[in-house]
Amino acid sequence: MTVDTQIGQQQDRYTVADAPPRTLRDWLLRWETILVILLVLTVVVNTIVSPYFLDVFNLADATFNFSEKAIIALAMALLILVREIDLSVAAIVALASMSIGYAAEAGYGPASLFAVGIGVGILCGVFNGAVVTFFRLPSIVVTIGTMSLFRGITQVILGDQAKTKYPQGFLDLGQSYFIKMKETGISWLFVPPVPLSFLIFLVLAVLFGIVLHKTAVGRQLFAIGSNPVAARFSGVPVDRLRFLLFVLAGLLCGLAAALLTARLGSMRSNIAIGWELDIVTMVILGGVSIAGGVGSITGVFLAVLVLGLVTFGMSLNNIPGQVVSVYIGALLIAVIGIPRIIEKFRR
Amino acid sequence: MSRLLNYREAALALVLIVGVAAIGLYQPVFLEWENLSDMLTETSVLFMMALAQMVVILTRGIDLSVAANLALSGFVAALISQYFPDVPLLLMVLAGIGCGLLLGLLNGALIAWLGIPPIVMTLGTLAVFRGMIIIIAGGDQVNASEMGVTFQNFPKEIFLGLTTPIWIAIVVSALFWVFLNMTRTGRGLYAVGGNPVAARYCGIDQRRQELLVYVIAGAVSGLCGYLWVARYGVAYSEIANGYELTVIAACVIGGVSIGGGVGSVAGTLLGALFLGIVMTALPVMQISPFWQMAISGAVILAAVVINARAERRPDKLILPEARRLKRV
Repeated sequence: MTVDTQIGQQQDRYTVADAPPRTLRDWLLRWETILVILLVLTVVVNTIVSPYFLDVFNLADATFNFSEKAIIALAMALLILVREIDLSVAAIVALASMSIGYAAEAGYGPASLFAVGIGVGILCGVFNGAVVTFFRLPSIVVTIGTMSLFRGITQVILGDQAKTKYPQGFLDLGQSYFIKMKETGISWLFVPPVPLSFLIFLVLAVLFGIVLHKTAVGRQLFAIGSNPVAARFSGVPVDRLRFLLFVLAGLLCGLAAALLTARLGSMRSNIAIGWELDIVTMVILGGVSIAGGVGSITGVFLAVLVLGLVTFGMSLNNIPGQVVSVYIGALLIAVIGIPRIIEKFRR
Repeated sequence: MSRLLNYREAALALVLIVGVAAIGLYQPVFLEWENLSDMLTETSVLFMMALAQMVVILTRGIDLSVAANLALSGFVAALISQYFPDVPLLLMVLAGIGCGLLLGLLNGALIAWLGIPPIVMTLGTLAVFRGMIIIIAGGDQVNASEMGVTFQNFPKEIFLGLTTPIWIAIVVSALFWVFLNMTRTGRGLYAVGGNPVAARYCGIDQRRQELLVYVIAGAVSGLCGYLWVARYGVAYSEIANGYELTVIAACVIGGVSIGGGVGSVAGTLLGALFLGIVMTALPVMQISPFWQMAISGAVILAAVVINARAERRPDKLILPEARRLKRV
């Protein structure tokens, strides 16, 4: 049964036929449509339940809590798209954040601190990518190893210490709104306050969307995810792209580490612990197939907003974090499972 | 039996023996029976959890929810001990196992019947199981003083020179060995993992196999949940947080291939033992425990690199006869 369907899917994927014209039903069953409905539901329910939900400043503050993860999720989406995964992202954040802490103590300014974080992130990404592509190892195992290694190095160097001295200019970048609220005199027309991390996420999401969906490199990533061997035979530099994606993930982890450190104003060796699973959840909920070759940045973007707003709405109603994670876990299973159940009954 | 240890496992065993001897030379106290017994008791949960995870990985699956399952099942067992202290110990343990088994059944059913990718499914249930502890208890924890005395003392009891967790680990390991080597279903797991299409043509029901492995993983997590909670005398939502990755690491060090179809009981036990030694040797060597994670990470990387080199064979031979023919 399972084998039959697998073979069936492969034939579908590899026979080159004209795409059938899009019907309304196809459009309704698209992943992004489901996510938009979920997003609207989340906003409506939260607005009814709590009067504080639809407040511009509250919403702006809510973005603080997921923007750093969301930035990393963009790179993770590309990795999962090409059948790889990076479980070491949270550990890279820790290592980069610690380096920023030491650099700050040495008296570097905000720009240098961001550069230090990004530099360390890139180094970690290069290490991951090199081990995966050079030794041809499954990335899930390699990054479980480097997850321990990077976080372990942080623990060895830092012990039970915390890094708390940062220049004020650096802290301001993480803690205040990058774009200030501007009233225009008309009640519904205003410039909303936007934190730096969310602004960076928005810009990167657009950038990633263009690269993935509108350029040759993006098509090559889909090709690798659908069939790495065929992609290689078609002249796609599979290993180079894989390597670069790990480096990219490291880079964004470094950037996220800088933003997170600036926001918290202190770091310990357990910073960002468990983030890898949150980030993978964002990507999978965004409709990126864990088997590779399927996914869109729009989906990931919507999933990030859904998860962020669900978490924010629940915390407004004093629901503890771990209970929120029950809903998110159930949401993940439901969103993946329900289309499959419908599919089963239709046959 | 002559092939109980293959070359790679023999090498790993050798590394372990040399390592333990070296630590013993440096700190003779490490080789004292009391310390070794402590170490094995401490590692017994990892032994069993790693074996259960290995069986899942054999079928090309992965179970990230085992540690959350352990925490929830252990919590259920602790709650029974708190509110129904008169229930016999065996029933409490069985309740833990049963709870774990049901949670595993949930994983297995949705993975096998709906075809949800295992990593997605168990990532979801990981969050659900842990959160359930908060929902059931409203954030409370069960402390040592609230658990029954027999409930807590059982893992500390010594029987024929070994503590009960070690005995349980021995029995469970033996069961796994018999299951994987002597039963048709067990051999079928290797077939499913090695080549699902071929296994299907051989008439092996892949979905039944998948259901079975997650149920096994769940039941073992339940048993370990009881042992964990009783041994450390506390049950709350954070116990064994992140332990799923330690368990997978033990499998990887023991030579289990994440691609499925490759792995043995002996190798996995050695992998778990390796991590157990690293964790207990550091305090004895007076090295800061902060080194533990970095060392495990380096060992995992070294193990996967070495295993990958050993695995690079031209093709896979299933029958021993074929191997002999090939040599000629």
